[in-house]
Amino acid sequence: MCTTCGCSDGETRIDGVTLTGGAHAHEHPTAHGATSTQWRTRAGGADHAPIPSHVHQHADGTWHSHVHGGGSTHEALAGAPALGAAHEDGTPAERIVRIEQDILARNDTFAELNRQAFADRGNFALNLVSSPGSGKTTLLVRTIEALHGRMPVFVIEGDQQTSLDADRIRATGAAAVQVNTGKGCHLDAHMVGRALAQLDPADGGLVMIENVGNLVCPAAFDLGEAHKVVILSVTEGADKPQKYPDMFHAADLMLVNKVDLLPYVEFDVDAAVACARRIRPGLEVLCVSATTGEGFAAWLAWLERGVASARGARDRDLAALRRRVAELEAKLGSAADAA
Amino acid sequence: MHEVALAEGVLRIVMDAARASAAAHVHTVWVELGALAHVEPDALAFCFDAVTRGSVAEGARLDIARTAGAAWCLPCSVEVPLARLGDACPHCGSHQLQVLKGDEMRVKEIGIA
Repeated sequence: MCTTCGCSDGETRIDGVTLTGGAHAHEHPTAHGATSTQWRTRAGGADHAPIPSHVHQHADGTWHSHVHGGGSTHEALAGAPALGAAHEDGTPAERIVRIEQDILARNDTFAELNRQAFADRGNFALNLVSSPGSGKTTLLVRTIEALHGRMPVFVIEGDQQTSLDADRIRATGAAAVQVNTGKGCHLDAHMVGRALAQLDPADGGLVMIENVGNLVCPAAFDLGEAHKVVILSVTEGADKPQKYPDMFHAADLMLVNKVDLLPYVEFDVDAAVACARRIRPGLEVLCVSATTGEGFAAWLAWLERGVASARGARDRDLAALRRRVAELEAKLGSAADAA
Repeated sequence: MHEVALAEGVLRIVMDAARASAAAHVHTVWVELGALAHVEPDALAFCFDAVTRGSVAEGARLDIARTAGAAWCLPCSVEVPLARLGDACPHCGSHQLQVLKGDEMRVKEIGIA
């Protein structure tokens, strides 16, 4: 664990390489701008359990609050003409610092960096989430093979241990980076940012991030992706969206996988879809089989639309930048002429 | 258990603020967790005790305030209370609800000495 910030990045490995090696090798984004430090009294604050304290102004104009000890009286202090810096009653100084910062602010800062990196390259990035065993990696392998020659695909694989999944992806010819989270139960945006630097996806490519198989924890962490895609296989319960609502609420697309097994299992697709849409109204749903390729035409078309959209947005950004550069050059030219 | 990562997030924010205020000790941390937030409060409190050991916030009390969830019901065009994801509109029974609030996880204040 990092002894400066308390984070546990030290267990994370990317393609087998421990990232921190005991040194504090990861940066801390300065989201501190959002931290407004203010002094205020707890007395009268109804939102928390009240702490007996008061606030007063010193002769130099600074405000100060502290807890009253048993013998200290507010009236006596308030009646004093000018307070010095010392508290002669010996009560310990207590201050309340107002922070108002999101617990996930650091992750979200890194997620925005990733999102910007994807936008700059015109990458369409997806975060694939599901229980273990839903068939994420098999789905990825078949998707990469089907997209061969149509678009470049880049993969970030998240697992607690081993590079087995990245090895399977690399066997298809696609570039893959394995992130091992150690004891971690999810990928976070910082891990993905570092993996992304190593992966170096080509402009306009599809980036698939296969999260740790876990239907709970990855829901909370934005990785900078365009969409979370949740995979539910027909060998699981159709009521899973109700049992694990956070993940289905965070997703934009649900893939119902292993539909080739429907004749052999009791899984009501309509009930599963209805269940998921009670949690996430408007959720897109595609039924696929990574084994037989059933439903893949619609899935691949969905991916191609996303890639085209990401490339289009990048092209529009570049065109706007070129126009701006041309405007500035014209302005510079006329300024030089005038001089 | 992603509450370890969340507790580390709380600690990081607390330590930054404590350092900026030259605090010798943090005795209380007030956080606000929405009813729909993706966190289990008891697990967060457990992890908070673990990750603060050896830090300026060791032994600090974690004061968790829960805030209510609310959603916009599309059929009713009205804000309705929402205790859990997947609950229906109390007026029309529809699930066409967009979450408005209740998913926040924030560090509000710290008490330092």
